[in-house]
This record gives sequence, structure tokens and C-alpha cells, in this order.
Amino acid sequence: MSKSERPNQIFRNLNAKIASIPMVLTALVVFVGGTAWTVLYSFTNSKLLPRLNFVGLDQYYRLWATPRWLVSIENLLIYGVLSLIFSLVIGFLLAALLDQKIRFEDTFRTIFLYPFALSFIVTGLVWQWLLNPDFGVQSVVRALGWTGFSFDPLYNSSIVIYGILIAALWQGTGLIMCLMLAGLRGIDEDIWKAARVDGIPTWKTYLFIIIPMMRPVFITTLVIIASGIVKVYDLVVAQTSGGPGIASEVPAKYVYDYMFFAQNLGQGFAASTMMLLSVMIVIVPWAYLEFGGRKRG
Amino acid sequence: MADHAVSAAMPQSVARADASGPSGPKPRHMFSRRNIFLYGTLIVVALYYLLPLYVMVVTSLKGMPEIRLGNIFSPPLEITFEPWVKAWSQACTGLNCDGLSRGFWNSVRITVPSVVLSIAIASVNGYALANWRFKGADTFFVILIVGAFIPYQVMIYPIVIILREIGLYGSLTGLVIVHSIFGMPILTLLFRNYFTSMPEELFRAARVDGAGFWGIYLRIMLPMSLPIFVVAVILQVTGIWNDFLFGVVYTRPDTYPMTVQLNNIVNSVQGVKEYNVNMAATILTGLVPLIVYFISGKLFVRGIAAGAVKG
Repeated sequence: MSKSERPNQIFRNLNAKIASIPMVLTALVVFVGGTAWTVLYSFTNSKLLPRLNFVGLDQYYRLWATPRWLVSIENLLIYGVLSLIFSLVIGFLLAALLDQKIRFEDTFRTIFLYPFALSFIVTGLVWQWLLNPDFGVQSVVRALGWTGFSFDPLYNSSIVIYGILIAALWQGTGLIMCLMLAGLRGIDEDIWKAARVDGIPTWKTYLFIIIPMMRPVFITTLVIIASGIVKVYDLVVAQTSGGPGIASEVPAKYVYDYMFFAQNLGQGFAASTMMLLSVMIVIVPWAYLEFGGRKRG
Repeated sequence: MADHAVSAAMPQSVARADASGPSGPKPRHMFSRRNIFLYGTLIVVALYYLLPLYVMVVTSLKGMPEIRLGNIFSPPLEITFEPWVKAWSQACTGLNCDGLSRGFWNSVRITVPSVVLSIAIASVNGYALANWRFKGADTFFVILIVGAFIPYQVMIYPIVIILREIGLYGSLTGLVIVHSIFGMPILTLLFRNYFTSMPEELFRAARVDGAGFWGIYLRIMLPMSLPIFVVAVILQVTGIWNDFLFGVVYTRPDTYPMTVQLNNIVNSVQGVKEYNVNMAATILTGLVPLIVYFISGKLFVRGIAAGAVKG
């Protein structure tokens, strides 16, 4: 290496560059290129095939005037807010319970986490069966003698999104619990000792000392839940197929249906761009905090 | 800071170790109110989490007459394996009546090459990022990580066009490429962090001995990073097996993966609904990731924690 002259800049570290070709292609072509392409074509009136026939913001006007999209957004908001709150609360409570130096901790954790190994399709179909009004929970409770009992979220358009939420929480809270448990384990035992010496009640220690200390864990968890919420698709397809009527539609399904069934690509692109926008609102501040500050240092 | 805390805590823990008792608070009475509350809550919650699995199994073992009459929680009076056989080899999707077995083998043919390819690419890539940085590498890496948060819906159509151009749209190869692309951010991160945490001296010594990029990767890094490969395999097998969106977009009905076929079987509007067959089919589809989960145990947790918590 020393006897030859300085090698050409491009051929330095050539193997590493070859190894990185898939990453570079994915980053540039798929992630940057694909996203830019979709955003660009969302300003066209593409129908069956993508065409560069610009119509300005027409697709967006039409999007926000479509009842199905508005229902999708409303569902996503309800589902999003509730699943955020419930996953965090349930996940944290379960983690706190498991953190009490209990026996059979591994068994309990295995049980709480196994739904996470199942796909959304499997989850959706199981809960479709459990919530079936003729055979499921409703009929069982009625058979016990409470004949007026009514619990049929999947067939009642005003509460169908809660039926989906139940399934989603069953599937996903195990993961949140694991993340929270890792966070709790990362807290120095001395903090607990100090709090105990000072006579602070346990719940107060959690609320005012432990949770503020777990801020990074909460932020990461928040980002994970939030990016999962926007992507919710398979669960709805499996559980209700968007029904009854359009009552449980979500944006991801809107995009798919307009692109591949309704032959209305422009609408699909506009809707997916809106999804991108909503993710960016969450991700950009987080990425700025996570990477932006560190780069300077 | 942390060092002070540890050294301050040392004498106490040493003293406790001498007493040869377990650390933690003094053991209380087994049936204290605290324990009853604690275990009671945990058991109730555990039952709730187990209930759907139980109902699935029980339903799949009943005959249809029993399902129509009985309640879904009662154990089967007469155990029958017919729904399982039917789900595997006769269940219909549209005109095809060859059961879930086709979807199963499709999923196998998708998952195996996808897992191998995505891990091969990402491990080499993570290794390059950790030990052979070149100018601009980190920029691409940040794009990759941020890109992982872009909703798939934004990118599916451009990929359809790319695959169509190179003649792979609708083929299993195309889907394998798609899985490798979308597995890349998380796997690259996983491997990069792992390789970064390995001692730098190891790498330097190998360099001094004249080993090159591939030599170091194959003879030193690969053998030493078996655990992280296992984690990556677990992550990918469950992720790819459970995928629905890519399967439905990038394959044709005869190459549909298991999840897509399952959904078509259960949610088909034609014919009489056979709930027992549906549940058997659902269990069959969930079986592979469940087996992976129960065998891998703690490694699975480590995998998702590594996947979830950014380094």
C-alpha cells in the first residue's frame, strides 16, 4: 500500500462500497426516489396508468371531499389516540407488575407476548370469531341468562373501530410491556432504595420519579406505536374488510383500494402522500432530537 | 455518575451475598394481600391473553353441529380432526380447492430465500458501516433508517413499476426482493450496532495480518456474531411469514403466501361458513411464528427489543 501512489478516490475501500450497493440503491431508488415519484404523481390525474398530466391539487380536493376518506381519517384518529393511551397504560402496568420480583416471571411474559408473534391476519380472524354476535361473547353471555346483553362491535357501525382496537391491543401490548420492562430494569436499584428510605409511596415513586426517568423509553415506544398506527391495514382487512359499509375503513386501505381496485391511481397517490405527511409530523421532530443534536457533538 | 452509585452500593451487596440470601426485600407471607392482588391480577390478565388461543383450538376440534348449538368456550364433546384435514387440503379460495397447503408451501418458498438474502445483504452492509466506513456511508444509512418509517403505501406503486420493468412483477423472486428491501433498515441497524460493539483490536489485528474485507467478515466477524444472526433470523422469519400487504400486492393468486390465502378462505362470501375449518386454517397459519416464538424464547424478546429500540 505504501509503495504504490495514492489510489484513486473511487477505488479506495472498494469492497465496502460494493457491499453497500444494495443499501445505496434502496435508500436512493426506493425510499427517496419512490417517495418523490408518488408525491409527484399525486398532482396528476392518473387513472389506470400513471401519467404526467398535472392537475394541481385537484386530487387532494377530491380526497378531502370523499366521505370514505373522512371516515378513514376519523377512524384512524380514534384508533390512534386510544391505542396510544391504552398500549402505554396497559404496557406500563403489566411491566410494573412483572417487575415486582415475582415468581414465574418468564411464564407470564411469554403469555403476554405470544400474540405479538401472530400476524394481524390471524389476530383479526380470531377476534372476528370471538366477537361474532351469533356464537361469540355476546351469545355466551346471553346464554348465561342476561338476554338483553348486546356486544357486537363488528356489526355495529358506530362502535366497530373499538372492536378492531380490542384485537390490536391484544396483539400489541405485549411488545410495549417488554419495552417498558427493559426500561424499568434499566433504572438504578438505588433510586428505589432512596425513595423507600424517604418513605415515598410506591405509586408516587412510579409517577414522579420512575416515569420521568424513563422518558427516552417512552419516546421510543411512542414513535413505534405511532408509526404502527398509520400502517394499520391487515387487521381491518381480516376483521371487517372495512365494514359494515365503510364504517371501519382506514387510510392504508383507502390507498390500496384506489390503486389496485378502483383504477384511480391519482387518488391513491394523494391519499398515500397524506399518510406520509402525518408520519413526518411525528418522525421529523423525533429524528431531529435523536440524530440532529448528536451530529454537532 | 453511574460508577459512584455502583461503588457506593458495593459494600451492601457484598454483605448481602455473604448472608447467602436472595437479594430484594424480606420475603413476606405467601398469601399476603399484596401477593394475592399481584398474582390475581397477573393470572386474570394471562387468562385473557390465552383465551383467543384456547377458543381457536377448541373451535377447530369441534364439528359444525356442535358449534351451532354450543358456546365457543366449552371444550369439544367429540374431538374431530376433520376440520384440520379439510383446512390443509380441501378449503376453497375461489375456484381452487386445494386447501392451505399451497399457501403454506408458497410461504416457505418466499420466506426461506427472503430470510437468507436479506440477512446476507444486511450483515455485510452493517459490517461495512461499522468497520469500513467510506465517505457518505452514514448519509445513506440515515436515509435508510428514516425511510423505515415511511408508510409502505407510499412506495408500493413505484416498486410495482420497477418490478414490472425488470420482469419480476407477480413472481416469487420479486416478492423476495421486496422483503429484502424492507428488511434492510432494521437488519442493517442491528448488525451495524453489533459489529460496532465488537472490540476494535480484533479488527486491527486481522488487518495487520493481511486479511481483507471479505476475509475478516467470513473468518472473524461471522463466527463471532452467531447470536445476532439467530436474532435476525427470528425477526425475519416471523416478519416475512406474517406479511400480508406485500404478498397481496406483488404476487398472483397461485403464488399467494399463506396469510393472503387464509384471509381469502375465511372471508370468502360464497358457501356456508365452516367456522371449525376457518379456525383450523387460522391456527395452521399462526403455527410457524408461534413455534419460532416458543422455541426461541428470550432471543425473540431480544430480537424485538433490538428491532424496536434504536441504538
